[in-house]
Amino acid sequence: MTGDTRRSIHAAAIQPSWWREERFRSWAFQVGAIAATAIVIGSFWHNALVNMERQGIATGFGFLSREAGFEISLALIPYSPADTYGRALLIGLLNTLLVSAIGCVLTTIFGVLLGIARLSSNWLLRKVTLWYVEIFRNTPLLLQLVVWWDLLRYGAPGPRQALQVLPNVFASNRGVTFPVPNWHEADLWVASALIVGILATIWAARWAKHRQERTGRQFHTIWVGLGLIFLLPLVVFLATGASLDLDKPALAGFNFKGGATISPEFAALLFGLVANTSAFVAEIVRSGIQAVSWGQTEAASALGLRRGQTLRLVVLPQAIRVIIPPMTSEYLSLTKNSSLAVGIGFADFVSVANTEMNQTGQAIEVIAILMAVYLTISLLISAAMNVYNRYMALVER
Amino acid sequence: MRSINLLGVTLAIALGATPVLAGPTLDKVKAAGVITCGVSTGLAGFSMADQQGNYTGLDVDTCRAIAAAVLGDAKKAKFVPTSAQQRFTALQSGEIDILTRNTTETLAREADLGFNFAPVTYYDGQGFMVAKKLGVKSAKELGGATVCVQPGTTTELNLADYFRTNKMEFKPLVIEKLDEVENAFFSGRCDAYTTDRSGLAATRVSKAPNPDDYVILPEVISKEPLAPVVRTGDDEWLHIAKWVVYALIDAEEKGVTSKNVDQMLTSDDPEVKRMLGATPGMGKSLHLDEKWAYNAIKQVGNYGEIFDRNVGKGSPLKLDRGINALWSNEGLMYAMPIR
Repeated sequence: MTGDTRRSIHAAAIQPSWWREERFRSWAFQVGAIAATAIVIGSFWHNALVNMERQGIATGFGFLSREAGFEISLALIPYSPADTYGRALLIGLLNTLLVSAIGCVLTTIFGVLLGIARLSSNWLLRKVTLWYVEIFRNTPLLLQLVVWWDLLRYGAPGPRQALQVLPNVFASNRGVTFPVPNWHEADLWVASALIVGILATIWAARWAKHRQERTGRQFHTIWVGLGLIFLLPLVVFLATGASLDLDKPALAGFNFKGGATISPEFAALLFGLVANTSAFVAEIVRSGIQAVSWGQTEAASALGLRRGQTLRLVVLPQAIRVIIPPMTSEYLSLTKNSSLAVGIGFADFVSVANTEMNQTGQAIEVIAILMAVYLTISLLISAAMNVYNRYMALVER
Repeated sequence: MRSINLLGVTLAIALGATPVLAGPTLDKVKAAGVITCGVSTGLAGFSMADQQGNYTGLDVDTCRAIAAAVLGDAKKAKFVPTSAQQRFTALQSGEIDILTRNTTETLAREADLGFNFAPVTYYDGQGFMVAKKLGVKSAKELGGATVCVQPGTTTELNLADYFRTNKMEFKPLVIEKLDEVENAFFSGRCDAYTTDRSGLAATRVSKAPNPDDYVILPEVISKEPLAPVVRTGDDEWLHIAKWVVYALIDAEEKGVTSKNVDQMLTSDDPEVKRMLGATPGMGKSLHLDEKWAYNAIKQVGNYGEIFDRNVGKGSPLKLDRGINALWSNEGLMYAMPIR
């Protein structure tokens, strides 16, 4: 209050010249900085265009609609070499998103378990996780990926001598091939029943929580949930008379035909990313749990909560506020590290982009696309995590 | 490492190292006293370093011949190993003066990438190699196979074309590093490995645990004329690359070898005398010393000698001259007249 009054008196007494005004200055510096950056980038761009023009190098993004002409080993949506460079990039992007999404989920689960194990009262478990974390954090990720890949390739026999691990599930150096159910009309009902079951379970869990808060009576959500999620679809499955005929893999020529296959490259990349990132996540979870004061745990046991309950109901909800911000950067690094796929022959976004860069010779355009795409993915992950962080943060009244 | 390199090269283009890019390559090479050639990361017969770091191979000798012609000394050649993906950006950015690296001449590379190709030094074609125990006799039986291939090559495109034409399916396994591709194939991860047939022969001889366990299928599915590459817009340098290669081929045709080149200086054949500088004029036209071709032939040998030593009967590869014989022996090697 006093500060404000003093400033206004001061301002009235000596009116500063306009170029010394605070508002003008802060604007001028910012506009100046933006202009300088724009001029530098613009001159790079112009220079590049002039140089490429003189060297007769093609420029522009027109190549995206030309025929790609190369095959990609894993395509989630239909693709053939007759499709365009643009579509090939999309295939690569989907592969990157696939491995990143599965990787982030598995990393979270595995990392949290490891982090809890790091603080276990069991000496052996604590030491084993310590060693795990130290080894995986302190060796290069690319090396780990190559080791996983070599293990999967050299450890498995050729397709003709494939191991039948389960009926109709084959493991070979071409990956794990397993049967998938053929799609029927009736399966739609089963799928709907599954979704209904999941939604009903979520609703039941909320209702149970409310009731417990009101009356203190507990409800066995787990059993009801299992019933809803597993039994309901099963009943529908039997009622609609859906048949479970499988698309079974069979050896035809060199490789398995039919079924679905997880290639060694995909598996190595996924294992490598998850194993490496969850070592970092384990440390984040450990520090998050240790940030919750010991008194909380003591108070919980004084109230008669069991160990698991203490962890689940008292410690983790408080720890998660410390855990979320650093987790964002782990998700980001996992996604970006998936580009190391080029080293082990998985057709991710960078791998496809590299091929296109070389087939078209348009390095600058392809690198610009690469940067834009990774920037977009990273910003989206950040934004999502920020929203979640705000949702979980303590609401101060 | 590669992405950093690519980025660096891209930055070099963007930041405009203008004098290096546009300036006459000949002046730069003379000033540096050394010519920098891009070669492969290790392909027996074409460019391969031994344990002491000495390079040998057909592509290496092409570079040495140009060094001898330009700088008078075949040893003044420096070799930069480039992967299939790095090679073009390395040339575009001026990191190397010439690319002598089993590179196929195509329209798009010349027109879109800003390059000129010197004459072909090896006429090749793409083939397939498979393990003998698969019992495959023809590439037409490869439907459903997993095929190892390097990215960013004409090979990768021809492969897709071939399977499309023959209505067969395949899974590519694309790895950039040559060693890794070969490893993946020999470890049984792929059913077939595809590249130029000379490359298959080299890999089979030098990398296979037991060469006799592998066969190269008879089909040749593409034309792969392998030629040295220079940047467009520097005609002086293109002329030098072009005519050094022609001189090597011409020397074989005229019977000039590294052993008899001194006697040949007094030959009665006017073309031989023009080529070797006994009759001056040709060197001046190329802005080189009159001894340009003499030095190249004396220090490196003629095309036939280079071929035999690296990939032909004097080498472990033992490839036939085939279509790489002189035109007078029903091959395709035909040098334009030096006059």
